[in-house]
Amino acid sequence: MLAYVARRLIQTALILLGISFVTFVLLYLVPADPARQIAGRSATAATVENIREQLGLNLPFYEQYLRYLGGLLNGDLGRSYLQKTEVSELIASRLPASLLLMVGAIFCELVLGLTMGVVAALKRGSRTDDTLMIASFVGVSAPQFVIGILLLYVFAVKLGWFPIGGYGTFAHLILPSITLGFLGAGWYSRMMRSSLIDVLRQDYIRTARATGLTRARVLFGHALPNAILPIIAMIGIDIGLFMSGIVVVESVFGWPGIGQLAWQAIQRVDIPIIMGVTLVSACAIVLGNLLADLITPLIDPRIKLR
Amino acid sequence: MTKARAMNMTAGTGLLEVSGLTVQVATPSGARTVVDDLSFTLESGKTLCIAGESGSGKSMTALSLMQLLPKPMARVSAGTASLAGRDILALSEAEMRQVRGRHIGMIFQEPMTSLNPVLSVGKQLSGAISAHGGLSDSTIRSRALELLDQVQIPEPERRLKQYPHELSGGMRQRVVIAMALAQSPQILIADEPTTALDVTVQAQILALIRKLQADLGISVIMITHDMGVVAEMADDVLVMQHGRMVEHSPASVIFSKPEHAYTSELLAAVPRLGEMTGTTEPKRVAARPGTGPEKPLTAEPLVSVKDLTVRFDIKGGILQRPVQRVHAVEGVSFDIMPGETLSLVGESGCGKSTTGKALLNLIPWQGDIRVGGRPTYGLGPRAMRPVLRDVQMIFQDPYASLDPRMRVGDLVAEPLQIHGLASGSELEDRVAYLFKRVGLSTDQMRRYPHEFSGGQRQRICIARALSLSPKLIVADESVAALDVSIQAQVLDLLQDIQNETGMSYLFISHDMAVVEQISHRVAVMYMGRFVEMGSRSQIFENPQHDYTKKLMAAVPVADPSRPRRAFMEKAEDLPSPVHGLDYVPPRHTPYDIGGGHMVWGDRKEINTSGSAGRI
Repeated sequence: MLAYVARRLIQTALILLGISFVTFVLLYLVPADPARQIAGRSATAATVENIREQLGLNLPFYEQYLRYLGGLLNGDLGRSYLQKTEVSELIASRLPASLLLMVGAIFCELVLGLTMGVVAALKRGSRTDDTLMIASFVGVSAPQFVIGILLLYVFAVKLGWFPIGGYGTFAHLILPSITLGFLGAGWYSRMMRSSLIDVLRQDYIRTARATGLTRARVLFGHALPNAILPIIAMIGIDIGLFMSGIVVVESVFGWPGIGQLAWQAIQRVDIPIIMGVTLVSACAIVLGNLLADLITPLIDPRIKLR
Repeated sequence: MTKARAMNMTAGTGLLEVSGLTVQVATPSGARTVVDDLSFTLESGKTLCIAGESGSGKSMTALSLMQLLPKPMARVSAGTASLAGRDILALSEAEMRQVRGRHIGMIFQEPMTSLNPVLSVGKQLSGAISAHGGLSDSTIRSRALELLDQVQIPEPERRLKQYPHELSGGMRQRVVIAMALAQSPQILIADEPTTALDVTVQAQILALIRKLQADLGISVIMITHDMGVVAEMADDVLVMQHGRMVEHSPASVIFSKPEHAYTSELLAAVPRLGEMTGTTEPKRVAARPGTGPEKPLTAEPLVSVKDLTVRFDIKGGILQRPVQRVHAVEGVSFDIMPGETLSLVGESGCGKSTTGKALLNLIPWQGDIRVGGRPTYGLGPRAMRPVLRDVQMIFQDPYASLDPRMRVGDLVAEPLQIHGLASGSELEDRVAYLFKRVGLSTDQMRRYPHEFSGGQRQRICIARALSLSPKLIVADESVAALDVSIQAQVLDLLQDIQNETGMSYLFISHDMAVVEQISHRVAVMYMGRFVEMGSRSQIFENPQHDYTKKLMAAVPVADPSRPRRAFMEKAEDLPSPVHGLDYVPPRHTPYDIGGGHMVWGDRKEINTSGSAGRI
């Protein structure tokens, strides 16, 4: 178990190294000039050149990357070009808001998605099943900004039940969580439905029924623990989906998380922030998967981590 | 329980009376009747065997009695089943739930999938005990231990904490039986309970069911396709075909003077151990004297295997280094002569399939294998190709070994194309010839695998294996999944092909009776090694090794007048083939006890037959 975690963490480090390299190359190739951005439109060529010199932007590519990597190994994500603060501080101040949003979204996904999936599976072939599956299809296919704006219009503008945007109270959390979780709920309901239908056909369900157990005990005691297994693996992958969703949702709802930070940084070619947010997201995805892989053997005794 | 038992005492001898049971299955072309107007009475304390081939409706009958038919596809459309005065087919789901487990317990065919993989044995057993509530935890626990003891599982305390995947098939089936008996039902329905098990385990489970029946006074409905099992178990026999009852008589009558032609056919198709005594050639050759090609005794062996060893590493740790090793095959040597059938027989996990795969280089192995004089060790896919023209394989499951998206004609043509042996109209003619050869019509070439029955599919697999005109076919449990009558036809086909073309077979099987029919020579495998090898008559008429004897004794015999075997002691698991990296397997040397009859192991132990020696 420990050996397994150690091996996975080493893999994580290698993955992050690869991601940092690819991102760095892509940003290097971007035609926008960060020095010009920092200096502003009216600055002279000499000023821009000066800034470029200061930031090391005129160094050859490999040297720039090695310098960045050197900083990274010392835990230094660099300084923002424009905000003149440490990237790590910026991310640290924004991360709690994003994590809160993610927890809210996962909760929505699971509650909404799993319930829909279980009901659809139990009533498969019925009108309820059809309706739920159409709803999940909408969830999977509708873009998040559309859902977000729709929810805002109906529940915040027209009905006034929730604040229009911002951060602070529990009421602020609800609409963004639903928006972010809607896509996943669609996926989960479909996965849960097919997984549960499959499990309900298994011989061991028949064995359990043959002993005279009630439907509820068969469902909750025997079927669901098996049906949930593929979903757990999915949650790990989902954190990646969140990372892309979070940029959109935080912008729509004015949520002060790292998604918004990234959005602003991309517009201003603030390379250290983009790099920082990318690495943090990559970390989240890899750790999310690791967590899912560590939870699975707790439910499924056949899986042993080696 | 006592109340229920008392009720059944007053209900007379007929415990369960089924009358006019009709089950229909919805198909795209309308309802199809799979059980047609079936009536029978289960007597108290007796065993009724429902026998028939696949599709005869025997499992549907069992499921409908439990109201466990796969709804909404299948439903009972008519009939009653009266248990203690109540028609259990008419009960609501909630009422039926009270019958399940309490009055009727059920065990199923496939022990590997009948238990929930994520719940411990203890949890599942407790669930079955307390399905109808009202029991304290300590009562449940002591009942669970009592049940495990009743089904002869050693160390019941430890088993409660284990998960199904940690138990062997036989152990799992015992747990399923314990669950079925948890609430002391009067009736036990057993749906092919031993079909998926090895013969020695089958013998144990059958003996266990008989013992439980005697101890607890329960009635058993046993569903099986195996007439040997019927003979071992039945008081009464009900033979079904295409959903209808064709015969219903006491067991002694069924076997001595079957009334219906179908029953006679079914009995005739059953291979019987010992029926080949006194002959040396396989059944089909003996049946048509003089047609077999003369086997030159001095010929070079077609395949020669020396010291074949197959081990698999189990990896672990940070660097994924090998930490343990599975010793699948350990130092096996044999020759196969042209036109000869060598059978490898043994129980699951003994390494017989692995040996077959090594011949085709499908797995990495150590040792020396020569096919027609060519060593095949370390050959890559390209270099192996000419060898594969001589050696082909037929697998066990005809449903899984044909690509469902290819037309069967293309499947048979594929090897010819891969080897560039035929194209265009020549290819078509060749495939048509192969189809005719295996007894299929040429208009079937354009169909897809799912349109064929199991037996037909196995014929297609044989046609595919024959397409390259190989000299040896490795047949890995190739008739195990087929009904007896179909099995007999496929075995005949294989033997006819041998008589015509001088084909050799490496016939891998767990079924001693089938092996006896088809083999020239037999090798018995146990734990990755040969324990005994010799001609068919040497092995079957004069078995020397304890393990060979044990295997033969376990085969159910289709003769109810034979005394039924006594109950055996507690279940035992096979020793594990997984060892540490530093494990050096002991080398066993064979003794030739005359005429090429080889026995491995200690000479003394071999000679003291029947002793509790090593196996």
